Amino acid sequence: MAGIVTFRRDRCKGCELCALVCPKHIIVMDNSATNRKGYHPATVRPEDMDKCVGCGSCAKMCPDSIITVERT
Amino acid sequence: MEKELWKGNEAIAEAAIRAGCKYFFGYPITPQNEIPEYLSAHLPKVGGCFLQAESEVAAINMVYGAAGCGVRVMTSSSSPGISLKQEGITYMCGAELPAVIINMMRGGPGLGTIQPAQGDYFQATRGGGNGDYRHLVFAPATIQEAADYVQIAFDVADQYRNPVMVLADGMIGQMMEAIEWHPVEKRVLPEKTWATTGTKDQRKPNIINSLYIDPNLCADHNVHLAEKYKAMEENETRWEAVNTEGCQVLFVAYGTPSRIARAAIRLLEKEGIKAGLLRPITLWPFPGKALKEAAMQDSVKAVVDVELSMGQMIDDVKIALEGCRPVSFVGKAGGVVPTPAEVASAAKAAMGR
Amino acid sequence: MAIVYQKSKGLTDAELHYCPGCTHGIIHKLVAETLEEMGVLGNTIGVAPVGCSVFAYNYFNCDMHEAAHGRAPAVATGIKRVSPPGTIVFTYQGDGDLAAIGTAEIIHAAMRGEKFTTIFINNAIYGMTGGQMAPTTLVGQKATTAPMGRQREHYGAPIRMAEIIRTLEGCAYAARVCATDIPNLNKAKKAIQKAFRLQQEGAGFTFVEVLATCPTNWGMTPVAAIDWLKENMIPYYPLGVYKDITEEVK
Repeated sequence: MAGIVTFRRDRCKGCELCALVCPKHIIVMDNSATNRKGYHPATVRPEDMDKCVGCGSCAKMCPDSIITVERT
Repeated sequence: MEKELWKGNEAIAEAAIRAGCKYFFGYPITPQNEIPEYLSAHLPKVGGCFLQAESEVAAINMVYGAAGCGVRVMTSSSSPGISLKQEGITYMCGAELPAVIINMMRGGPGLGTIQPAQGDYFQATRGGGNGDYRHLVFAPATIQEAADYVQIAFDVADQYRNPVMVLADGMIGQMMEAIEWHPVEKRVLPEKTWATTGTKDQRKPNIINSLYIDPNLCADHNVHLAEKYKAMEENETRWEAVNTEGCQVLFVAYGTPSRIARAAIRLLEKEGIKAGLLRPITLWPFPGKALKEAAMQDSVKAVVDVELSMGQMIDDVKIALEGCRPVSFVGKAGGVVPTPAEVASAAKAAMGR
Repeated sequence: MAIVYQKSKGLTDAELHYCPGCTHGIIHKLVAETLEEMGVLGNTIGVAPVGCSVFAYNYFNCDMHEAAHGRAPAVATGIKRVSPPGTIVFTYQGDGDLAAIGTAEIIHAAMRGEKFTTIFINNAIYGMTGGQMAPTTLVGQKATTAPMGRQREHYGAPIRMAEIIRTLEGCAYAARVCATDIPNLNKAKKAIQKAFRLQQEGAGFTFVEVLATCPTNWGMTPVAAIDWLKENMIPYYPLGVYKDITEEVK
């Protein structure tokens, strides 16, 4: 089972709590981008997405409810 | 219609039930205890709820919660307790919640005394809490009026989405008089579509709130409230004029002092002095225009303000007269009541006699 | 494709005003999810406090009241007492609101066994006003009004609300949970669910204290704040169920 994580990047505050609870350690803050709020938004690099197990932990932890997790 | 003997506080409580009020939240304080006592016995009979709160602060905030749900709700207290309720009153004005608040005034300041007084006039008419707000203040002078205006107060509150205060000195609460339960004026009232009754998944959430963090929105809200207060001034001002036409002395008094002034009018009549009375029934809005009209008659030699305080309403009398007439004062505070003779002599002194 | 997790319908789509990593947002979700799962959003009335969560009325997707500082339990009492059976009522309050200015209101609501649920956010600080000392601030913890740290001889030791509330007979359920990691969020969700279910059954007053972080006013990153909470707050504010009238509590 593989998971797909999507972020509402414009609403991310870059707090890193999603990264803290990700069991696969695949979530990083995208230092190459700054969203309209002025934060580096959370992201999963394309090459890491297949490591996602779709556990939903990042979404549960996200204070701003910007993460949706789906399983294929 | 048959007359019945009622104590003021109990008549007020019964009037609330007759107005469809099923909910009361309060805290004991003399001289208004018969109101919660009566309602604790009678509200359960009409399927309502009486709850004695842990403080006046809690009680008025329970009223806030109940009023937000769209029901008719009342609280009552006396001077020091009304001070504690000011927080809830300003929030209710801000959040535009209708309710009726009874203040059965006692002597102050501080703990003061439990005897009748009118020292809360400023607090009631100026907005005793923070911010720019107003609420209607009814000042009954008899038990009959207390019973009538409590019922009318609920309609006025609902019409304007604003709390209404009934302000009486402790004498009105403690005295017994014969009254009749006649029908009072009824209004066509708007539906309370703003009330928090649960969305039932049919509408967007209703929010009861007085917070407008954006100063522009807060400014707009204040303008909206001011328009509402202006409408109250135009439509809700009430007074009674007694013997004012061609009077030489014009008394201005509300509540119990207005009754003393009536006795003084009779005393003065015996001495050949024609005296009249302008009695505000609403303290806010204050009947300034009617007062000025009566005071500006050529016959008037003296305007005498009578209060159970050291002089509070007199400010409104002076504002209304705009310096066109001198205003004298006679009054006592701290639970002591002036006699008709004292009031009559004050009038004569004001006339230069 | 199956959705594993998406934003609860119990929340509006408004953007939260909270600082990055503030756990208020996480706790909002737990409450919103519980109400959504119970199918009661249309019959729920919430009460927001004064403090950081003052704007909670914009976030919960149900009827809401904004209360004066500390008075949410009184407002909730008024709401619950006049609303038809089946109405769910909750207050959402911080530690300054509930454990300082509103102490009388919460204690008496619990004493009367008012049938509503209180979610109490304990982050050991006044957040909205800028980091002043709260009744829950730990001894030695710095605050803008306790620059040398809270001194026990000057302010006493912090107040433990769950332990106080559980002593009142009107209280049907009291628990302390924390919003630090997934296992603890699961426990927190269970406590919140239990509290609302007991309210629905008319069991009495229900209370869930949630230990939360305030990265901004604690002066640390959100991740460091989670660690600080675990190391400093949990030893003083032990987690667990303090009262549950449906089960024996150890």
